[in-house]
Amino acid sequence: MKLFQLFGRRSAPQARERLQILLTHERGATGQSGLIAMLREDILGVIAKHVEVAPERVEVRLERGDEVAILEINVEIPDVVARAAMARQRGGRAA
Amino acid sequence: MAEVLVVTSGKGGVGKTTSTAALGVALAQNGQKVCVVDFDVGLRNLDLVMGAERRVVYDLINVANGDVRLQQALIRDKRIENLSLLAASQTRDKDALSEEGVRRCIGELREKFDWVICDSPAGIERGATMAMRYADLAVVVTNPEVSSVRDSDRIIGLLDSKTAKAERGERMEKFLLLTRYDTGRAGRGEMLSIDDVLEILSIPLLGIIPESEEVLRASNLGSPITMSNAKSAPARAYNDAARRLRGETVPMTIPNGRHPLFNKLFGRRAA
Repeated sequence: MKLFQLFGRRSAPQARERLQILLTHERGATGQSGLIAMLREDILGVIAKHVEVAPERVEVRLERGDEVAILEINVEIPDVVARAAMARQRGGRAA
Repeated sequence: MAEVLVVTSGKGGVGKTTSTAALGVALAQNGQKVCVVDFDVGLRNLDLVMGAERRVVYDLINVANGDVRLQQALIRDKRIENLSLLAASQTRDKDALSEEGVRRCIGELREKFDWVICDSPAGIERGATMAMRYADLAVVVTNPEVSSVRDSDRIIGLLDSKTAKAERGERMEKFLLLTRYDTGRAGRGEMLSIDDVLEILSIPLLGIIPESEEVLRASNLGSPITMSNAKSAPARAYNDAARRLRGETVPMTIPNGRHPLFNKLFGRRAA
């Protein structure tokens, strides 16, 4: 914020940044197609079977390109859960 | 083969009707048979911008409901022979538009014209979804302003899911028309730039229409800018956009004309 104030009236960079953040979320939430909403649901279901994860920590995005679209899936899991899982994996190998 | 084009935006007041009229005139001046169709049932304005407000007898709803023949409702422009208008109803509301009626009406228009340009109402309700329903391609009118860009993003989502073309599994062609652009303010970082908007919406650019006093003057006169002042900067920008719609490669100029942004911004043929 202070940085932008130094530039006085340069508000466009803020507009751009706010839009990029907002639209990333809205594209996921409103579901550009039913496909994304369904994928998100299914992915969340599979992960929840093994790890406790907050629904809002699963992000499914479809980036539209000219020729292809890229499906991006981001799942944030709590650090403790990840550590425990890795520890179990190491333990399993040792035994 | 006719092309059905929807001019849409989500947000109101960004220039859909102005752009529909200006593009319609530009295409007609190039010898194309054009019909501009007002889908803003209950709040019609395309008739006013086209200068035909006193000539409306029948409208889109009458044709869609089968009350009158299409020919009875079409209003031929008095200045350009091959340009027609199909007005919206002022006394009904958008729920009066039946999907089947719109389908039949668009089908008939396809047989008579080279270009059918559907002027969408603002919003994402029935009027807007009906306007885009049977379109082959879309022009998304956007102002370099946060609320307009956000609404355009939403409309792009609807174009990709709620149109007959999308439901058939085909790709809906969408083009960005950036209106009310002020090169100076964008340069000073006071306004989203062309690149900002293109990067966020990621659809190809059809044209950049500069902010201009001439646009208001044209609607005051009921004479679309491409007709009333063809030499003005916005008219030239609309003419270039119309040529790109027809598949021509026209260098993209930023409205004050100083920096040509060549056609890498517009890589593909429309339709």
